[in-house]
Amino acid sequence: MELAPLLQYLISGLTNGAIYALIALGFVIIYHATTIINFAQGEMVMLGALCAISIYHLYPSLPLAFLGGVVLVTVVGIVFERLALRPVKDPSPITLIIITVGGAVFIKGVAMLLWGKEAYNLPSFSGDAPFHMGTATILPQNLWVLGLTAVVLLGMEAFFRFTLVGKAMRACAYNPRAARLVGISLSRMVQLSFALSAALGAGAGILIAPLTLGVYDMGTMLGLKGFCAAILGGLGSSFGGVLGGLILGVAESLATGLISSGYRDAVAFFILLLVLFIRPQGLFKGDS
Amino acid sequence: MRRTVILCGLVAALAGLMLLGWGCSKPAPNEPLVIGGIFSITGPASYLGEPERNSMEMVIAETTGKGGVNWRPLKAVIYDDEGDVTKARLHAEKLIQKDKAVAIIGPSLTHTSMAVLEVTQKAKLPLISCAAGSAITAPAKDRVWVFKTPQTDQMAVARIYQYLQKQGLKKVAILTVSTGFGVAGKEQLLAQASKFGLTVVAQEVFGEKDTDMTPQLTKIRGTDAQAVICWGTGPAPALVAKNMKQLAMTIPLIQSHGAASKKFIELAGDAGEGIIMPAGKLTIWNQLPDNDPQKAVCKEYATKYTAKFKAPESSFGGYAYDAMNMLLKALQKSEGNPSKIRDELEKIQKFVGVSGIFNMSPEDHNGLTPEAFVMVKISNGQFKMID
Repeated sequence: MELAPLLQYLISGLTNGAIYALIALGFVIIYHATTIINFAQGEMVMLGALCAISIYHLYPSLPLAFLGGVVLVTVVGIVFERLALRPVKDPSPITLIIITVGGAVFIKGVAMLLWGKEAYNLPSFSGDAPFHMGTATILPQNLWVLGLTAVVLLGMEAFFRFTLVGKAMRACAYNPRAARLVGISLSRMVQLSFALSAALGAGAGILIAPLTLGVYDMGTMLGLKGFCAAILGGLGSSFGGVLGGLILGVAESLATGLISSGYRDAVAFFILLLVLFIRPQGLFKGDS
Repeated sequence: MRRTVILCGLVAALAGLMLLGWGCSKPAPNEPLVIGGIFSITGPASYLGEPERNSMEMVIAETTGKGGVNWRPLKAVIYDDEGDVTKARLHAEKLIQKDKAVAIIGPSLTHTSMAVLEVTQKAKLPLISCAAGSAITAPAKDRVWVFKTPQTDQMAVARIYQYLQKQGLKKVAILTVSTGFGVAGKEQLLAQASKFGLTVVAQEVFGEKDTDMTPQLTKIRGTDAQAVICWGTGPAPALVAKNMKQLAMTIPLIQSHGAASKKFIELAGDAGEGIIMPAGKLTIWNQLPDNDPQKAVCKEYATKYTAKFKAPESSFGGYAYDAMNMLLKALQKSEGNPSKIRDELEKIQKFVGVSGIFNMSPEDHNGLTPEAFVMVKISNGQFKMID
């Protein structure tokens, strides 16, 4: 009896955790390039889900909805950086962070006007028939979430390690002045980081929409959980962020299943506080 | 000479003042009567507040178009509490102090209603709540100024248990939302189970905005429950339906009347098939037999609402519609006096509304019975009356 539900908790925890991981990655990328926390990250998740749902209603093709959603939100991310952050006269991190909070509220408000307050459904990518894994069951959508997260993570790692642009972005993070001296355009890298993290957020939103529905206020909580995951992983490393997300997801699911369902959100923030008190550099020391 | 002029002027001014004062103390007969409304028009419960506001405005516009109540036009002042207790309370105070409302309709939710009724009871103003919790009007002796139109959770639970008993089921698991609606439902589910020979073998809770209930359902799957009863509103019950499919659970899922809307069918998609729930008769009014007195009322409301708002009617809007219509009836005999309105509301008998047939009394400020519900099943994306 004991093992059977555990496996199920693990599966649902890993699925949620993978989503947190994708959002955390978005935080990490922007932090890398700018040392700010972009609190509008959660809203990109919401925009991704709702854009994809709208596209799907216009033209019912899931690959198109996925791509369209990601592209649209990437554009939003770039425009956000251009209009809200770049013109700031005194770009100290705290000013910029507060602007991202304002941006998040603004994006949420606009989404409420555009889509209304209702929730919307997006069909699963490949059907709703669950697979049986021993005593546990798993949906194809869970596999999509886990699989795509893994692919994205590897892709990101490869991008940062092996491509010139990726290396340039890392250089900006290590030493902005030196990066500029060797001819790297800092502002272009910042813009790229916003584009990338918006794309990641949108992808996360579209992946999870068939499981959780899409609604204008879904982003805030997801954003906060992603932030917890990023802090848990130490903000500096992508692998840390991903592990942080997975740990958080599983912890939540176990707390719900084994202790009481009321503790779900408390767990995330309890872990966040614990990490900030005891190990502010994160569980996995950042590599930058 | 000059002195007389001044004197005359003073007298005239005084007379003018007195006239003005008299004018203020007694409003002109065609000054509009203000009816207050507090609904959760935005926020997670907007699916309740929006149709409620629409229905209230629809009845007010219609009555004013027909010349008002006893030739006094009506004016609706409606506020949005966003599902927030503090805001609801503030709006109630504003309606009483600033807008001078003679009665208030709403709020949409049990917990906001509980907050608002404290204010209106103190101000001795009739309140007709649109929320389901039975605690709102019970005991009616203490809730002198409070009425409500929705069927209570007590009736919904009784109706569900009657159905389960008929099916010969003995063990149920309950999964309730952590808001006022869910807490009140849970209380009733636990209190009434033994009366119908049922045992509650698992009780789980979820948050209003939770997006994954598989851990709770996994726990339930490990018990010998023969049915799951989910008590919630908004998108969460649809996710419970999806999660049950995900866990390949085959025992029947029974939702509360809070899920009885077309939106639920849409959100749950394929996972909604076969779900059973109690619903007001409005949901399936065209399946009612012709001799059902509610059929005509439901038909009228549904036709008017869909024509005016180009959106499907919902039981939630029906709560405000019934409240408004009962209030109109009470207003006719009370000249806008809140205490007379209250007395008239309490006297309402055999009032055929959208949500049921109301028989108010000093002991019962809701006036409905479990028969106000029918059991419906979702089949092929439609509600079908089964019991």
